Amino acid sequence: MSIEIRNLTHTYSEGTAMRTVALEDVCMTIEDGEFLGIIGHTGSGKSTLVQHLNGLLKPTSGQVFIDGEDLNGEHVNRRALRQRIGLVFQYPEYQLFEETVAKDIAFGPKNQGLSKEDIDERVRYAMDCVHLDYQKYSERSPFELSGGQMRRVAIAGVIAMRPSVLILDEPTAGLDPRGRDRILSMLEQLHAEQHTTIVMVSHSMDDMARLATRLIVMAEGKILATGTPREIFSQEKMMMSAGLGVPQVASLCSTLRAKGFDLPPDLYRPEELKEHILQLWKNKNKMNLSGKEGSPC
Amino acid sequence: MQMHTDAQILMQDVSFTYDESASPALSHISAKIRQGEFVAVLGHNGSGKSTLAKLINALYIPGEGNVVVCGYDTKNEKLVWEIRRRAGMIFQNPDNQIVATVVKEDVAFGLENLGVPTEEMIPRIEQALSAVRMSKYADSAPHTLSGGQKQRVAIAGILAMEPSVIIADEATAMLDPSGRKEVLETIQMLNRSKGITVLWITHFMEEAALADRVLVVTDGKIQLEGTPAQVFDQVREMKEMHLDVPPMAALADDLRKEGMPLPGGILTVEDMVREVEKVLCPLKSAT
Amino acid sequence: MLNNITMGQYYPVDSTVHRLDPRMKLILTIIFIVAVFMSHSFVGYILLLGFLFFACKMSKVPFKLLLKGLRPLRMIIILTFLLNLFFTSGEDLWVSFWIVRIYREGFMQAVFYSLRLIFLVAGTSLLTLTTSPVALSDGIEMLMSPLKKIHFPAHELAMMMTIALRFIPTLLEETDKIMKAQTARGADFESGNLLVRAKAMVPLLVPLFVSAFRRAGDLAMAMESRCYHGGEGRTRLRVLKTTRNDWIALGIVTLLLALIILEGIYLKGVLF
Repeated sequence: MSIEIRNLTHTYSEGTAMRTVALEDVCMTIEDGEFLGIIGHTGSGKSTLVQHLNGLLKPTSGQVFIDGEDLNGEHVNRRALRQRIGLVFQYPEYQLFEETVAKDIAFGPKNQGLSKEDIDERVRYAMDCVHLDYQKYSERSPFELSGGQMRRVAIAGVIAMRPSVLILDEPTAGLDPRGRDRILSMLEQLHAEQHTTIVMVSHSMDDMARLATRLIVMAEGKILATGTPREIFSQEKMMMSAGLGVPQVASLCSTLRAKGFDLPPDLYRPEELKEHILQLWKNKNKMNLSGKEGSPC
Repeated sequence: MQMHTDAQILMQDVSFTYDESASPALSHISAKIRQGEFVAVLGHNGSGKSTLAKLINALYIPGEGNVVVCGYDTKNEKLVWEIRRRAGMIFQNPDNQIVATVVKEDVAFGLENLGVPTEEMIPRIEQALSAVRMSKYADSAPHTLSGGQKQRVAIAGILAMEPSVIIADEATAMLDPSGRKEVLETIQMLNRSKGITVLWITHFMEEAALADRVLVVTDGKIQLEGTPAQVFDQVREMKEMHLDVPPMAALADDLRKEGMPLPGGILTVEDMVREVEKVLCPLKSAT
Repeated sequence: MLNNITMGQYYPVDSTVHRLDPRMKLILTIIFIVAVFMSHSFVGYILLLGFLFFACKMSKVPFKLLLKGLRPLRMIIILTFLLNLFFTSGEDLWVSFWIVRIYREGFMQAVFYSLRLIFLVAGTSLLTLTTSPVALSDGIEMLMSPLKKIHFPAHELAMMMTIALRFIPTLLEETDKIMKAQTARGADFESGNLLVRAKAMVPLLVPLFVSAFRRAGDLAMAMESRCYHGGEGRTRLRVLKTTRNDWIALGIVTLLLALIILEGIYLKGVLF
C-alpha cells in the first residue's frame, strides 16, 4: 500500500476574487508502515492535503496515486479506493448519529456491504483498538459519553473500515491531558502492533516527538522540509520561519550546545537529554578529581 | 449591600451539585482572589473547574456556602446583573458566544443589555476593540474571523462593560497555537495595564505557568495551590491527577532523582539553562 | 460543497435607496404593493414600470439582478399567463382554432396578471437587495413595537432573526464538514431513489441537530452572562433615524399610488 502525490495543486474559488491557492505543486509519498506527522501553521494547506488523500477534494492539477491507481482517473472505482484510506476529521465526535456506540461504529462497514457477522467482528475489533470495553459500551448511547470517549468512538468508526492507511486531522484538539494521552497511546499501539500506516496532522510538537517516524513541514501550501523528527527538530531556525516551534527539549539542547556544552546536535526526547546531561555531570565530578577539561568552563 | 473585604472573589465553603447528579461537582471549596491577580485553574474535564467559573458569574448559585464577587453575594437575585457586569466571562467555543452579525454590534450587545445610552456606547466600543487590537475588523462579519480573533471580539464585548474580573473558561482549548498565544497575550496585557483580575481556567500547563497563582482542581476539590513553581515541582502529585507539568519541570525532577543538585521552580528552558550551568560550571556562572 | 450559497440577496453598495430608513422602506414596499393591486390599465402599469426603473437606477442595483429574482418564479408567471389566455372568455374573439378560443379580454388579463406578479416580485426584491437582513429585522422590530402593548413579542422575534442570520454561515460550514466526514465513512448522498436519499440524510441531520442544540445552549449561557434579560430597558447601538430623503421617497411613492387611483377613476377604459 503506497500513496504517491505528484505535482498536486489545489485552488479554492477559482475564477473569483476570493481565489486562494491552498496547495502548490506538492510532491510526496507515504510509505507502508510509517507514522507520518504533518505539521504547519493554520492555513499552510495541511487540511486540504489530507482531504486529497481520500478523494474528498479534486485536484486543480496533479495526481494522487493509491497503489499505482490514479484516484481521480476516469475508469477508477473511487469508492473502493477511498475505503482503503481512513480519514478522521477534526472534532470527529460531531459526526456521531446512531442510538448506540456499536451501531455508529458499524456505519462504515455497513456501507462497505459486509455481512452481519463481519460487521460485528469489525465493531469488536475497532472498539478494542480504541480501548473501549465492548461489554460496557457497545449498547450505550454515544451522546452520554465524555468528550474523549466520544472521540474514540468516532475514530473506531473509521478503524472498523479496516483502512490500510489511517489519517487523523488533529486528533487531540480540545481534549484534556488525560483524553489526549489516551488517544496518543492508542495510536502508538495501533502503529506498533497492527502495523497500520498512520498520517497525523498536529500542532503539538511534543506529540510528534513522541510518535512520528517521519515529519513533513508545510508552509504556504508547499512542503518546506521533510525528514525524521531528529533531522527536523534540529533545525530550529527553519521551524521558526514556518511559524512553528520545536519541542522544548530540542530547544534546550541547542541552547546548551551554543554555550559550549558537549552534546549531540539533535536530541529531542526528554530521556535522551536527561542521560546526556547526567553524563556531563558525572564527567565533571570525575574531572574535578583528575583535573581534565570537557565542558566549556 | 456591598460587603467590604480585600478579596475581589471570595468563596467560603462552597458546594454545588447538579440537579441530575448524585455526587457534588464541587465540595467545600474556599478560595480568595485579590484584585489584579492572575489566577490559573488547572484540572481535567469533569473536575469541577467549569462549575467554579459559572458560580462566580452567578450563572449558578451555590447549594452551600457563599460566593462573593466584588463585594456582592451571588445569592442575592437583585444583584445578578451587577455581578455579571463586573465579572465578565468568555467561553470555550468561539462560535457559540458571538450574538450579532457584525463585530462592533456584538461588542455592543452587553452595553445594550445594560441600557447604556447610544452616544456613550460608541466610544466604549471603539476603546474595547482597540484594546484587543481588533479595530480594523469593527465592521466584519464574525464568521470570517479566525478562532483567536473571535475570542478577542468576545473579550472586547466584556471589556466594553468595564469589568473588574474576567473569567475565561478554557477560552483557548479550541484554538491553534498562534490563536492561543494572541488570546493569552491580550488577557495578560489587560491584567497588567488595567489591573483586571483574571481567572484563567485551562488544561494547558504552559498557560498556567504564566499565572501569579495556580489552583489545581480535581474531583470537586482544590488539591494543590501555590505559585506555578510550587505547584509544578510536585511532579508526582500532578501526574497522579493525570495533569501535565511543563517539560522542563519534569526533566528537572528526573535529574534530581538521579542525584543532580538542581533547585526547584524550573519551568522554562531559560531556567533550565541557567541552573544546569550553575551545576556544571559553578565558576563561570558566578561571574 | 455548499460554498456557493450566499446569504440573502443583499447587494452591498452605497446608494440613496440603501441609506433609507428600513422602516420607511418597509412602508414604501407596502404602498407599492397596494398600488400594484389598484392598477387596472396600461397607464397604471407604465407608471409602475417607470417607478421601478427609477428606483432601480437610484439604488445602483443592476436591472439584471432584479430580473434574476424572477427566475425561480418563471414557471408560475408563464402558467398564470397561459391559464388566463386560454380560460378567460369575452366578447372580442381573436383566435378560434380546434377547441382553443382566445379573446381580447383573455389576452389583456393574461398580460396584466403576469405583469402584476412580475412587479410584486421585483418590488420586494428591491427591498431585500437594498436592505441588509439585520437592518430589515431592526425595521420590523421597530414597526411592530407598538404591538408590544398587546404582548406581541416584537423584540424576541427580531432577536431570533438576528441570531438565525448570525448562525446560518456557521451551520452551513458545519453541514459541509459533517457531509465530508460521513462521505469518508462510505456514505452516499447522491445516488438512489428519493427514499434511499432521504434515509441517507439521517447521518447528516442528526449530528447537525445535536450541534445546533449544543450551540443554542452555549449561546443562551453566553448571552445571560452578558446581562441579557429580554427587551426591557434595552438600548440600541443602531438607532434608526428618518431623514429628508425618507420623506421625499414617501412623497414619490404616495404620488404613484394617487396617480394610479385617479387614473382608475377618471381614465378607466379610455385607452383600452
